[in-house]
Amino acid sequence: MQAVANEFKIPKENPLAKPLLIEGEQDYSTLTEAVSTVVEDKTPRNWYIAFAISVCGTLMLGGMLGYLVFTGVGVWGNNQPVGWAWDITNFVFWIGIGHAGTLISAILFLFRQKWRTSINRAAEAMTLFAVACAAIYPGFHVGRIWLAYWLFPLPYNQGMWPNFRSPLEWDVFAVSTYGTVSLLFWYVGLIPDLATLRDRATTKMRQLIYGIFSLGWRGSNRHWQHYEIAYLILAGISTPLVLSVHSIVSFDFAVSKLPGWHTTIFPPYFVAGAVFSGFAMVMTLMLVARWALNLQHLITMYHLEVMNKIMLVTGSIVGYAYSMEFFMAWYSGNMYEKFTFFNRAFGPYAWAYWTMFTCNVVSPQCFWSKKLRTSIPFMFFISIVINIGMWFERFVIIATSLHRDFIPSSWGYFRPTPVDILTFAGTFGLFMTLFLLFIRFVPVIALAEVKAVLAHQQHKAHGHAKH
Amino acid sequence: MAENKIYGAIAAFKSDTEILEAARKVRLAGYSKFDCHTPFPVHHLDQAMGMKRSKLPYFIICCTIAGFTLGLLLQWWTGAVDYKLVIGGKPLFALEFATPILFECSILLTAFGAVFGMLGLFNGLPTFYHPIFNAEISKRITNDRFLVSIEAKDPQFDATKTTEFLQSLHGAEEVQLVEA
Repeated sequence: MQAVANEFKIPKENPLAKPLLIEGEQDYSTLTEAVSTVVEDKTPRNWYIAFAISVCGTLMLGGMLGYLVFTGVGVWGNNQPVGWAWDITNFVFWIGIGHAGTLISAILFLFRQKWRTSINRAAEAMTLFAVACAAIYPGFHVGRIWLAYWLFPLPYNQGMWPNFRSPLEWDVFAVSTYGTVSLLFWYVGLIPDLATLRDRATTKMRQLIYGIFSLGWRGSNRHWQHYEIAYLILAGISTPLVLSVHSIVSFDFAVSKLPGWHTTIFPPYFVAGAVFSGFAMVMTLMLVARWALNLQHLITMYHLEVMNKIMLVTGSIVGYAYSMEFFMAWYSGNMYEKFTFFNRAFGPYAWAYWTMFTCNVVSPQCFWSKKLRTSIPFMFFISIVINIGMWFERFVIIATSLHRDFIPSSWGYFRPTPVDILTFAGTFGLFMTLFLLFIRFVPVIALAEVKAVLAHQQHKAHGHAKH
Repeated sequence: MAENKIYGAIAAFKSDTEILEAARKVRLAGYSKFDCHTPFPVHHLDQAMGMKRSKLPYFIICCTIAGFTLGLLLQWWTGAVDYKLVIGGKPLFALEFATPILFECSILLTAFGAVFGMLGLFNGLPTFYHPIFNAEISKRITNDRFLVSIEAKDPQFDATKTTEFLQSLHGAEEVQLVEA
């Protein structure tokens, strides 16, 4: 704890002064060194261990999906009345995780929040990998995966087209656009940093590979000019895009007429929940990366504290949405609506509901305390609790709304099969595999951007010294 | 030294303030074919170099409009012209249900325009060879050095005079001629 207290210092003379975003005596070349050596040094043994475990998870995922393709979608526990179960829960869960990456990279960029530079690269990468995990579920849920191309408006022998009146088709466009734009945004940010690795390369192989991906970047100011405009516009369009994606995901539910799903609060509530869960996942990963890669001077306590504050805000919005749903159920005077919500909190899935409520609404409230939101073990614990809570949120919304059909003879109770569970565990393997490859081969910190922050910081210090 | 074998002259600087001053002086000295190479985008360097605003946004807005139009045509033509199918009693085409996909298509083409327009059309990348790479110091552009380069194509360029001029700039290091 002493180390934590030392790390977080605000200058005494001005209580409103913001803490430095880059700590210690740094110049451009020490920054380059700190970020590049993570990629250049000999691979640590722990990386191999983590990678081996993750690859096992990925292989298990492959095995489970292969089993599903050869046997049929019935290997999952989905059945009437719960026709959407873990697959859609996991889809929404993973898509939601991705949202923090775009929020950090786009929205905070537009708001000129300079603290984003230390974490945006990793958060964007996390977005991409989360979207990859998410896309698996609807793809395989169609059952006959070899016909999944029917999702896209392609001319083929039946002469039919997708039904654009369906929110599920909107989802296809939203998620694929989101994945593509996130990839482009991430790659554009990477180009100057890949050029750094190219210029530092000691082997022909590295020089060639980083050379190809950095496209011959030479830091020309005539390039930077267009680059900055393109980056700004990408940030500008990613902001409404990220809001639209989870809104459209929520339309999958809200546009139907099912009590528990058919509510207008869904789009903002889903977006807030997505940001909430995404920040929790960023926190979990960054705490590990910061510790494992010795990036404490770049990802400072200030960054962590700001992220905890965002979780407190979005967690409270989610809590408000949960309460408002109950109010609306009562206020609507609709018996089905009332029954659904009463059943959600006190019916067979009450355990899931209260797990969700405790994890998402109660636990982030601890972050009102400065002591708790600057404690690394505590925030690590809470970030995992929130991840669990947000998974339960999607499960509660999907399973509780479906398991009590309008006719009691059609009531049921969903239980996951081992295939369900292992597939979900496998997606974590895939996610971690991709993330580990990322931290091994790509600069985890947006180097060019951090240097710009350092220049800014130095000018400020210089300016203060003068006056 | 034969003029045609030389790409130009370069000078390296250690900080963004020095390059700003250097760029301003190069421009005021009357050079037009020159460039700065920096590890990160330096504020106000565009003005110091006398560069005009980027035209990239005009190209991008055209892509946005193209995306919107394609999204509209796709949904209208497939649903209301090519294969009419009434589903759930809903109209064959209506802007209400078309909106989400119109939005996504516009965003997608905007992003393509921004990225590929910026890289390919405006910056001419990928370009794997450039004469500036012949100078050893250019390896530090992406690390901690700020370079000014004046091309031999510039009407004012003169190997000796330009080199001397670069040397006179505050903070200039490693002033040298670069082969083409």
